[in-house]
Amino acid sequence: MWSELRKTIASFDIPADWIGIRAVKETSTTRLVRDALPQVNGKSFTVGAMLEVLVNGCLGYAATNSLELSSLQAAAQTAYNQALAASEWWIHPFRESERPKVVGEYKSPFIESLDSLSPGEINDLLVRICQTLKVDDKIVQTIASASTTEKESWFVSSNGSEVYQKILSIGTHYGVTAQDGAIVQQRSNNGSQANCYQGGLELLQQENLWHRVRQIGEQAVELLTAEECPTTRTNLVLAPDQMMLQIHESVGHPIEIDRILGDERNYAGGSFVNKNDFGNLVYGSPLMNITFDPTVPGEFASYGFDDTGAVATKEYLVKEGVLQRGLGSLESQVRAGVAGVACARASSWNRPAIDRMANLNLEPLNGTFEDIIAGIEHGVYMESNRSWSIDDRRYKFQFGCEYAKLIENGKLTKTLRNPNYRATTPEFWHSLIKVGDATNWQMYGTPYCGKGEPNQAISVGHGSPVCVFANVEVFGGGV
Amino acid sequence: MKIEELSALEVSFNRLIESLLIKKAENEQFTVRLSSEISQFTRFNHAKVRQTGCVADGWIELTLMKDQRNSVRQFPFTGNWEVDWQLAYTALQELRDELILLPIDPYLVLPSGNNTSREIHSGNLLAAEAVVPTVLELVAGLDFTGIYAGGVVIKAYGDSSGQKHWFATDSFTLDYSLFSPSEQAVKGTFAGSDWDESAYIAKISEGKKQLELLARPVKELPRGQYKTYFAPAAVADLLLMLSWGAVSEADIQQGNSALAALSRQEKQLSPKFSLKENFQRGLVPRFNELGEIAAPELPVIEKGHLVNTLVNSRTAKEYQKIANGANGSETLRAPEVSPGNLEFEQILPSLDTGLYVSNLHYLNWSDRHTGRITGMTRYACFWVENGEIIAPIENLRFDESLYRFWGENLIDLTTFQEFIPEVGTYESRQLGGSLVPGMLVKDFTYTL
Repeated sequence: MWSELRKTIASFDIPADWIGIRAVKETSTTRLVRDALPQVNGKSFTVGAMLEVLVNGCLGYAATNSLELSSLQAAAQTAYNQALAASEWWIHPFRESERPKVVGEYKSPFIESLDSLSPGEINDLLVRICQTLKVDDKIVQTIASASTTEKESWFVSSNGSEVYQKILSIGTHYGVTAQDGAIVQQRSNNGSQANCYQGGLELLQQENLWHRVRQIGEQAVELLTAEECPTTRTNLVLAPDQMMLQIHESVGHPIEIDRILGDERNYAGGSFVNKNDFGNLVYGSPLMNITFDPTVPGEFASYGFDDTGAVATKEYLVKEGVLQRGLGSLESQVRAGVAGVACARASSWNRPAIDRMANLNLEPLNGTFEDIIAGIEHGVYMESNRSWSIDDRRYKFQFGCEYAKLIENGKLTKTLRNPNYRATTPEFWHSLIKVGDATNWQMYGTPYCGKGEPNQAISVGHGSPVCVFANVEVFGGGV
Repeated sequence: MKIEELSALEVSFNRLIESLLIKKAENEQFTVRLSSEISQFTRFNHAKVRQTGCVADGWIELTLMKDQRNSVRQFPFTGNWEVDWQLAYTALQELRDELILLPIDPYLVLPSGNNTSREIHSGNLLAAEAVVPTVLELVAGLDFTGIYAGGVVIKAYGDSSGQKHWFATDSFTLDYSLFSPSEQAVKGTFAGSDWDESAYIAKISEGKKQLELLARPVKELPRGQYKTYFAPAAVADLLLMLSWGAVSEADIQQGNSALAALSRQEKQLSPKFSLKENFQRGLVPRFNELGEIAAPELPVIEKGHLVNTLVNSRTAKEYQKIANGANGSETLRAPEVSPGNLEFEQILPSLDTGLYVSNLHYLNWSDRHTGRITGMTRYACFWVENGEIIAPIENLRFDESLYRFWGENLIDLTTFQEFIPEVGTYESRQLGGSLVPGMLVKDFTYTL
């Protein structure tokens, strides 16, 4: 691919200040079994290139799914025309320094290759998971799925960049629906599609898989006769699989610099954070330490370079409760005058890069899970997201979970169903009173972070320990 | 896209089907779906250009069926025969190798019938180089943000039983917001197949008038229950929830539906509420993933009663139902909510005191099985007293059941409907939209 792309760049006859080509080749498989019967078996393959051209400070792009030289040349001309047509109205005069020369490569770690099991063997495993999930006649639906992705990208530019990245990733999901008359409850392994990691097929059968599968089935049945989550204000303990969503929605999105600059206002919204808040805003309690870290081995959104060639490094976004820097690419940094990270990413070859989260993690402090629960007189412990909604400034939110336990006098007691909580972002993060240690730090991910115009769904990873928030409004379901 | 380029793609697609028919073994069946587009995407912020470009994309989805097993391959479709056929033939061989390894699917539905259709909707779109000046010259001085997306979209289908469909349309959407200095905003969508300059000028003028109302000091309301008028765009957002675990027959059968209680007739909605699928506007293809054609109209909820769910052939086979041409995910594709008796002039007097909600944001089920939905107000929402708009509001979170707001608390729907275009661009540019009236509801619950 390298020699073709180098030749392609050299062949362009365009008076541009800078030209870049990002070619992407991606193969994904999806296998889904419901009630032990196959529903989806498939593989998708996409290949194409995104061409960007800088002309008089304006960037234009053109994307094509044909890698033939003539198609790439035509795309470069289209990108040039786009930049030229917008030149009088461009929002910021960009320079080549926002596309620095970079050379390097990144490859996901893995043990077993993505074809080390046949489609039949993967289906067999999913069927067995469905069968094991059905622990009771009240289980009316079982579901299990596995997806794999191999994504290769090549980035070359007229100023000498050459970046190759190969990312292998796996997502697994299983869950059940239990029903007793009009009462219906769903339970899954850490919420919908939350088990997403970089790696090989060794990730299909995680440690204690079968114990966990049975537990999911049993907990769904348990929820049918559980009490509704009470309506009260109390200590809220969130498991890492819910902290994932909490960090994503109420920390990640509000500190994206393109949102703060207003790019997203028509779609995903703006932010309650403004440019002057970086370095000053006390975002939460002193226990809050959030990092942008694309270097964690195996986390879902790890990489070596972003899609404009910026080198990815670990950075503190919030340190001891104070907002340090934003989630902003080189373009956003120069527009806003705010420190950012290597986060310009695109969902594929057919979308331009925008500010994205990658891995966003809450750093562990101290306290085992048992210690944390033992220290609470009254509270509610919640696991696994099932409902999420937050306003366009990322301020007022309401989230729901699949499974909860009442905490009474330092012990987990009754199971609670339909647990929900709501708050405002600053109030919530200031109420953080305990952060668990490395023994309960877990990482999850999702391929469905939506953002951008045109829209892009992208992979993100989030790690966190168990956390305790004081005096939070919790409530149950029903009308 | 020029007509000759479009024609070349159609020729190439037809050749692909014919070649697969030749290669097909006697006991094999297949379906082929095509999705293709050439789209101009120009993104705006502060009445400037943030990103601008063009995307030429297309893919084929080939499904092979044999011995009660099936699998799918998706691969690029470029219009270059040599490239495309090589990918297709490789996929066919891979599928053959895979099928023998897969478990039997008892509910597999084979393509059948002899449906064919061919629809080409030509348009008169802005030239690529004209998009920026045409859109921005009118909004200079305004805080204008949003996206223009326009071009040709093709959806096509062919199969081993001889069915074939071709749907091509030229269209654009301009999805924008006008912001006030206090970060209040007016939302607008402008869509169609022909760029109408005078209509665009009128839309922006209308938005400027609403901006004046947003200049008033913002009113912060305590949580509680308020009589509320939902403008058509807000109704469309609520309606979209029905495609996510509600009107699907499979969801009802599998315990995933918010309308299960309605289906069991334990609950009913207001007799004023009726919903149907109406394909007669011709904005989306009527064929589904098996080449089946939906009826021009399908009533779903009639006067508060669930009269039809969306049933595809697979669900029909599994649960012994009658299929009605629904798509694979059994979602609404051309929804229309019937109008009511509330005249435009009577909206504010009938609301009297309460909330005028223009748009909603980020909806989700908070308790799906009781039909409870949470979400936020957004864009041009006002506090109304004695039939007069008093002030814009701080956004409010709601948490309310559809069995209440489309049930006992529904006061009336407007006599007029608005078409709310689909502006989504995940994977590819979406087509169609919802035809909906506004609605007046009492005691709507706001929680934060």
